Amino acid sequence: MYRYDEHDHALVQDRVAQFRRQVERRMAGEITEEQFRPLRLMNGLYLQLHAYMLRVAIPYGTLDSRQMRKLAYIGRRYDKGYGHFTTRQNLQYNWPKLEETPDILAELAEVEMHAIQTSGNCIRNVTSDQYAGAAKGEIEDPRIWCEIARQWSTLHPEFSFLPRKFKIAITGCEKDRAAVKVHDIGMIMKRDEAGEVGFEVIVGGGLGRTPFIGKTIREFLPKEHFLSYLEAILRVYNQLGRRDNKYKARIKVTLHETGVEEFTRLVEEEWAEIKDSTLKLPKEEVDRIAAHFSSPPFRVLGEEARVAEARCAEDAGFAAWRRHNIAEHKASGYGIANISLKPVGEPPGDATSDQMDLMADLADEFSFGELRVTHTQNIVLPHVELDRLPELYDKLAEAGLASPNIGLLSDIICCPGLDYCALANARSIPIATQLAERYTQERQEEVGELQIKISGCINACGHHHVGHIGILGVDRRGEEHYQIQIGGSASEDAALGKILGRGFSADQVVDVVDKIIDTYLELREDGEEFIDTFRRLGNDPFKERVYGTD
Amino acid sequence: MALIERREGGAAAIDDRFERVEDEVALPASGGVIVSLARFEAEREALLAREGDVGVWLASNEPPKALADVLDRLAVVACDFPAFSDGRAFSYARLLRERYDYKGEIRAIGDVLLEQIPFMVRSGFNTFEIDDPTALDEFRAVCDEVRVVYQPTGDGQTTALQRRLGQHRAP
Repeated sequence: MYRYDEHDHALVQDRVAQFRRQVERRMAGEITEEQFRPLRLMNGLYLQLHAYMLRVAIPYGTLDSRQMRKLAYIGRRYDKGYGHFTTRQNLQYNWPKLEETPDILAELAEVEMHAIQTSGNCIRNVTSDQYAGAAKGEIEDPRIWCEIARQWSTLHPEFSFLPRKFKIAITGCEKDRAAVKVHDIGMIMKRDEAGEVGFEVIVGGGLGRTPFIGKTIREFLPKEHFLSYLEAILRVYNQLGRRDNKYKARIKVTLHETGVEEFTRLVEEEWAEIKDSTLKLPKEEVDRIAAHFSSPPFRVLGEEARVAEARCAEDAGFAAWRRHNIAEHKASGYGIANISLKPVGEPPGDATSDQMDLMADLADEFSFGELRVTHTQNIVLPHVELDRLPELYDKLAEAGLASPNIGLLSDIICCPGLDYCALANARSIPIATQLAERYTQERQEEVGELQIKISGCINACGHHHVGHIGILGVDRRGEEHYQIQIGGSASEDAALGKILGRGFSADQVVDVVDKIIDTYLELREDGEEFIDTFRRLGNDPFKERVYGTD
Repeated sequence: MALIERREGGAAAIDDRFERVEDEVALPASGGVIVSLARFEAEREALLAREGDVGVWLASNEPPKALADVLDRLAVVACDFPAFSDGRAFSYARLLRERYDYKGEIRAIGDVLLEQIPFMVRSGFNTFEIDDPTALDEFRAVCDEVRVVYQPTGDGQTTALQRRLGQHRAP
């Protein structure tokens, strides 16, 4: 993975010193909270319902064991012994003290991390496929380009006061695990007819109050133009994006109101002016960054994994974990191991400092010291020998980290909801917990792949629009109330879910989901997953079951 | 109100040699003036013919393209920040410097937040109207807070990439 050079180090250290001075001015009363607000927001520091919240960037979700240990340490030393992994592959601390935040940033800088641009109307942490560099069939490791984008976007002089926040996601695989079509810019690496590698460029996706699936504005962008094309899009957006209404300020609305054709024309016109500028990347620099992402020294192994297979035969628990949590690896004899942060009864994405330390140790022992954070709020050990999976499983199980539910219905994306968030209208974590408790492992396996996503308000942090089943908490005359939609997807077949009908109270919602699942089980044809059945039959059969035929 | 000019290695408070003339107010007989884009477009020939330098004030929804053909006759372009969060003028300044090759003064006016100054300098602004007349020291301090830059812009600062490649620009 990428290691800072002296310049990267110097920037982050300067940034820490700068923020320390700003906090001192605030503590001394030299600036008001109103004046301090834009400054702290440039460093990921929010004021939440109960306390400050600090959001730490985990660039494109990749971190090493040393960084994970530092996150654990910070959780223990400056917070309440835990952290929360987010859908943006970042980590949040919910209880830092204002006066200690510069120290936290200094600790992070020691391990090449920061909180720059984790909030504010700027280009946020670039996200990617959690299996990057490990996935089979990948065109190229997208993290090379994420890192190039990270540097380019860091303290960008022109794009730090955009109409609204701006999120970029890049994937190198056809199978989309980074939800690129629901980002402000999504990029998919592909080859053109001549075999050259470049990007399909998708613009204007997003969730929130006004969800849109992104539109392709360029089928193929040669790699060398990566930065100039990004700069062209941002420059058009910075000038054209609405400033009069924050709910209409995201690029998805700009694209919608301008029209895809006209917007594309403006971008191409701007790009023509700057494509051969100094933004054109010299091969030397791309190679320098790419070298950081070369594969670790895999052992030469056969396809067969006798030890793991033998354990599967005698241990149904391990077999389930092997089946659901291990993904195919590009190297023979290796697998990608997912650690579920969705044990029944816990807030999705939370990890204690002890768990983080353990995951760091396991990364060293089993995965060349590498870890990933997924946008579904789980952790990945990207390079594990298949025959060492039983060992890994035992250690995870001992720490309560071996839930075999990746991709199953209890692997829920869920926002903090009314329990923690000032914006929320309804609680979301208790709904996730009730759902997870309702279904046994056997029942979940029978249902198969099913993504449930829950948001506590229309800002859609829980991505309910793109859940196979999406649940949205709303306020109805002071009561928590939930709307249900079905048929969404955040993958390469991205789609927005359709609202089923009138909403439900908190004590009805789990029964309603149960009815939807029953309907699917009755109607599915051989091998059909939930989303396939929905696409074949539409909303009607589910509606009839839930509301009756009246 | 102080007017601060960014200079090599620092900054200085300077006298404002321009008068901002509102649309309905008569122009002074001589001396530098700054007028709105609408007024400039309506009275362009008269403004350019009069004694004294002329500058144009761009609102945040007025891109500099409208001035592209007359920039070499303007002594200053003032870009307004109606709120610190309205960052359109960062693009305008870069376009003025890098697209239209404008060499004159680019002035930041309106809600200019001290901590934004480094971004403004990098984008091409070289003078700043700041409410707090004691802000000069703070101004100098914030300009030097972060010494590394990644993005190539028209200000000519050596980027991290240029250092990596051993391409230091001549000062």
